[in-house]
Amino acid sequence: MVKAANISVRVQREDFDVAVEQKRITNGRRDIGAVVSFVGLCRDEQGTLAALELEHYPGMAQSELQRIGQNCTRRWPIQELSIVHRFGKFVPGDNIVLVIAASPHRQAAFDAASFVMDFLKTNAPFWKRQHLTNGENGSWVSAKIEDDQAADRW
Amino acid sequence: MKLVYFAWVRERIGIDEETISLPDNVTNVSQLLTWLKDRGEGYAAALEHSDVIRVAIDQEHADAGDSIVHAREIALFPPMTGG
Repeated sequence: MVKAANISVRVQREDFDVAVEQKRITNGRRDIGAVVSFVGLCRDEQGTLAALELEHYPGMAQSELQRIGQNCTRRWPIQELSIVHRFGKFVPGDNIVLVIAASPHRQAAFDAASFVMDFLKTNAPFWKRQHLTNGENGSWVSAKIEDDQAADRW
Repeated sequence: MKLVYFAWVRERIGIDEETISLPDNVTNVSQLLTWLKDRGEGYAAALEHSDVIRVAIDQEHADAGDSIVHAREIALFPPMTGG
């Protein structure tokens, strides 16, 4: 029997270090068999994107990620779940989001990380605004229908 | 009641937040959106396609028919694009 999962959620401006975050989860543990880490980065959109700005709803961003985490750990035997989402300004290559799921077996860890990302995309109150390399600033990224479909599959 | 706005909803309305008193006949989310739309040009622009606007009551996602009578903070924002 897997004991109740520890869920850690952070919404922060600062960068994160995947190795440090993963070590925090596995350190001193002998019961974890699988760790899946997902990192979402700012991409350059074939050279057209100079920067992204991420706005968030303080308070709700934290509580909504926590809710998504709880829904996840109710479904899979997850031992540790860590979600870190950054806000502020990003250039291509920067880390934006981190999800780490630890479980005795791999499938639950893969599924849990995927589930958290799918619901984070559609339900966590963050909004991206693009700054383009041609000098155009300020267009908001539109939500994608594929993201809704990805969340619906669960 | 406090209203807070995010992303392009905030930009079109022109303010981050405001405190309002609602008329008695505005009791749910969809009535609130309809009422807000008539408050001026910025509101009309922000709420032109009010079916895409997402609403949170006291920091939890809400649906069109949900009651706002006991809400302390209502947020209006576009579909989310985090991750």
